[in-house]
Amino acid sequence: MSYRFQFRDVLAQQDAIIDGLLMTLQLTAGTISLGFVIGLLVASVLVYAKPWAKTMARVYVEVIRNTPLIVQLFLIFFGLPSLGLKLDVVTASLIALTVNLGAYTAEIVRAGFESIAKSQIEAGISLGLSGPQVFRHVVLIPALKNVYPSLTSQYVLMMLATSVVSQISAADLFHAGSIIQSRTFRDFEVYTVVAALYLALSLLMRGGFSVCYRLLFRRP
Amino acid sequence: MMRELSVLDLAYLVIAMRWTVLLTLLALVGGSTIGLLVAAAGASRQAPLRHLARAYVGAVQGIPLLAWLFIFYFGLAILGYNVPPWVAATVGYSVYAGAFLGEIWRGALVSIPKTQWEAALSIGLSYAEQLRYVIIPQAVRVAIPPTVGFIVQLIKNTSLAAVIGFVELTREGQLTTAATFQPFAVYLIVATLYFCLCYPLARYSRQLEGRLRVIR
Repeated sequence: MSYRFQFRDVLAQQDAIIDGLLMTLQLTAGTISLGFVIGLLVASVLVYAKPWAKTMARVYVEVIRNTPLIVQLFLIFFGLPSLGLKLDVVTASLIALTVNLGAYTAEIVRAGFESIAKSQIEAGISLGLSGPQVFRHVVLIPALKNVYPSLTSQYVLMMLATSVVSQISAADLFHAGSIIQSRTFRDFEVYTVVAALYLALSLLMRGGFSVCYRLLFRRP
Repeated sequence: MMRELSVLDLAYLVIAMRWTVLLTLLALVGGSTIGLLVAAAGASRQAPLRHLARAYVGAVQGIPLLAWLFIFYFGLAILGYNVPPWVAATVGYSVYAGAFLGEIWRGALVSIPKTQWEAALSIGLSYAEQLRYVIIPQAVRVAIPPTVGFIVQLIKNTSLAAVIGFVELTREGQLTTAATFQPFAVYLIVATLYFCLCYPLARYSRQLEGRLRVIR
């Protein structure tokens, strides 16, 4: 192999890399918090609401889970302006990612709700807890504890999936990679560095989530 | 020169689906080969093999698929193979599918209770026979629903091959948009076509899951 690897030019562009990294972190944090709220609401509808509402929630979940994220993103960013709704790249990205994660979260949390035995809820009521108290202490917290591993690994996958927003030129880490590529022509080196950063980020997230688990669900 | 969106465009999009399906099939062939090795290593009794399998799965699942595609696209060129996009895509997706399938299948192998191994051993079966007649038939039933579920993920993720210039459904959608400038209609059609591919599979996976739970 006659190719000589040259990482120096790539690493010299650290400003672009750090800016991209920050955007990826912001998008991930925003998507996870908003997606969690949407997912929780939709999951409650899927399990406890009236049939017509259930059907609507089911349609949302199935449509999102059975179409590619990049097509959803293109539909929102390129499609909506032709209906008169023009969004900037970051807003469009955040909407697409949130709508996507909301559907996945809903399906995971639904499974959590259904894992709570009815007798548990009845036991809660017979102890004299109010409706909201039963929902919080008997249903929500144990359900989240049960699905915590699948929920958090979905979040890590989501962080990786935010790289798709580079395709509508949102300035995330992956986009920083393609900018540096066009400046240095060191394509392989650029994407190796970017990949290593994503890997570090995903390991950090996994570690962080397992620390959170101990903090959140510790028995008093 | 701009033109209207016509029935012909719809036909082209439908025809482009064959590349999406073909790429999925190629990735499944490559991915299940790698996946079998990863599952075997991950469930083996040798600790180094298990660590190797874990490292592979961790690396693939910790790096965006988009980055893998670029790494293989440019990396193979550095190694001296100037490959067309479809080869880079096939290699990239095989590596990606290999990790996920390997992890699913490893889980299935490990889920078979140790007593089953011992029972098979005690009736005098060799290691290969234990696998062939006792473990694998049970593991396959556990593994099929999540495997079908992963195929849905794979079909959706082939859309990313568009970025390295592989003309499948999403890329065809981009090309059609460029010609007609009707992104909303075009991407709605593209999304619908993906849905038609994925939804039946997703339902099937859920059905299988329900059926298996009854048996167990």
